[in-house]
Amino acid sequence: MNWYRNLAEQGDICLSTRVRLARNITQYPFPARLSAEQKREVGEAVREILKDEALQFIDMTSLSPAQTVSLAEKHLISPEFACDTQGRSLMLSEDEDISIMICEEDHLRIQTILPGLSLDEAFTQAQKLDEKLGSRLSYAFHSQLGYLTQCPTNIGTGLRASVMLHLPALKEKGALHRLSTTVAKLGLTLRGSYGEVSEVSGDVYQLSNQVTLGISEEAAIKNLNSIAMQIITQEKQARAALVKDDDYLDRIYRAYGILKSAHKLTTNELIKLISFVRVGVSEGILSIPAEKLKELTVTLQPATLNAAMNKALNQSERDVLRAQRVKEELL
Amino acid sequence: MLCQNCKKNEATTHIKRVINGEATQSHLCSACAQSLGYNNFFDDFTFNLPSLFSGFFDDSMLALSESRLERCEICGSSFDDIIKSGNVGCANCYEKFYSKLLPSIQRIHGRVKHAGSVPQSTADVVVPKEKTTEEKIADMQKEMGKAIEEQNFERAAVLRDEIKKLKGEN
Repeated sequence: MNWYRNLAEQGDICLSTRVRLARNITQYPFPARLSAEQKREVGEAVREILKDEALQFIDMTSLSPAQTVSLAEKHLISPEFACDTQGRSLMLSEDEDISIMICEEDHLRIQTILPGLSLDEAFTQAQKLDEKLGSRLSYAFHSQLGYLTQCPTNIGTGLRASVMLHLPALKEKGALHRLSTTVAKLGLTLRGSYGEVSEVSGDVYQLSNQVTLGISEEAAIKNLNSIAMQIITQEKQARAALVKDDDYLDRIYRAYGILKSAHKLTTNELIKLISFVRVGVSEGILSIPAEKLKELTVTLQPATLNAAMNKALNQSERDVLRAQRVKEELL
Repeated sequence: MLCQNCKKNEATTHIKRVINGEATQSHLCSACAQSLGYNNFFDDFTFNLPSLFSGFFDDSMLALSESRLERCEICGSSFDDIIKSGNVGCANCYEKFYSKLLPSIQRIHGRVKHAGSVPQSTADVVVPKEKTTEEKIADMQKEMGKAIEEQNFERAAVLRDEIKKLKGEN
């Protein structure tokens, strides 16, 4: 199920769930030491094994820069993967819920991304592909260190699971700093998910597991799930209290007003305004389909917009088009 | 390459990001990276900070490793290369530099024993290691026994001579 066009469990707070498995093949050195030709060989091997799956094989060099960056904006590939496309390839499902990056930091990065909080489902999907690939490829594995990866921070399970959480109310309460320190003690990281480190715009945070060695996949997923649920519960309580405040209510209505009437909107402004509107929707103050809001924040990003229009619009033209699209959707 | 921020120190931190529709790279020295807030080691998706991995190693380890020039037989990486790039060269490097990598692995993960799933096809393969002479002799003796059982005395004689040769070398 496409993550940015649908809502699922806890969807008013949990925007998406992502699971990623890092795998390498014994016959080749890790990607940093591979030529473009060898990277293509790995790509072809993966393509052959997965030929019966409903996955499209994409040679990354065949895409335009806007198409490439758009994939990163939609969280289907990493910015690192978008920066250097030589020899690299991608396998992508039509719903964009499965993406396999070939020769990113590791030979294989098997990723599943789903709407809402659905860690078990995302993991099961990734595991299925992992088993299929593992039955034909000889994975780099060590009895003590588990799956071997180019960067030692990923060895062991090679599993990175994360949930994207919208936490405006906890942020407003000033609870995030303490929260991030607390989750760190539990082996998790909480950080901004639009790329910022210091100021997180749009109040969207990513919670993910940090440790991959010495903990089983199931335990890591269970841990992440239970902490995500606790944060979601806290955010819900904080939201209910927040909308009793007239000042905050005013900000929600003003944000909605700007979205409905602005002639130009930058990506950043859109993300910030939608953050308020989303609280209004989850608290029953505004009646807009919440999945629409998520879709707008994703599909109206600069490169995604240019790729969809198949034009090289400049920033000002994009800002006008973005405001126009928002109006169409919200009115 | 010099740091883009202070333009004084060597850039050691390379950050790849998507900003305003474009994939961009910034090159910073470790001091600037720190002061600009790029200090999350585990940012696997937004930032690529392999060089910071070297922060997990003690400086003393670098100075003391007399075998710095020792290289992995498969990919040619030295332990120095691994520290400098933050990238392990290949699967065999983990075997080759196991004891040197272990302290940093311990620091990163807190544990050093895998507790997760195991690949289905191969229980434990890194890269097949060169067998020791004793192992080779043992294999041949087994094969010779089998050859005798099958009354294939020619093959047994060849094996006997080869075993003798290996024992001599040892």
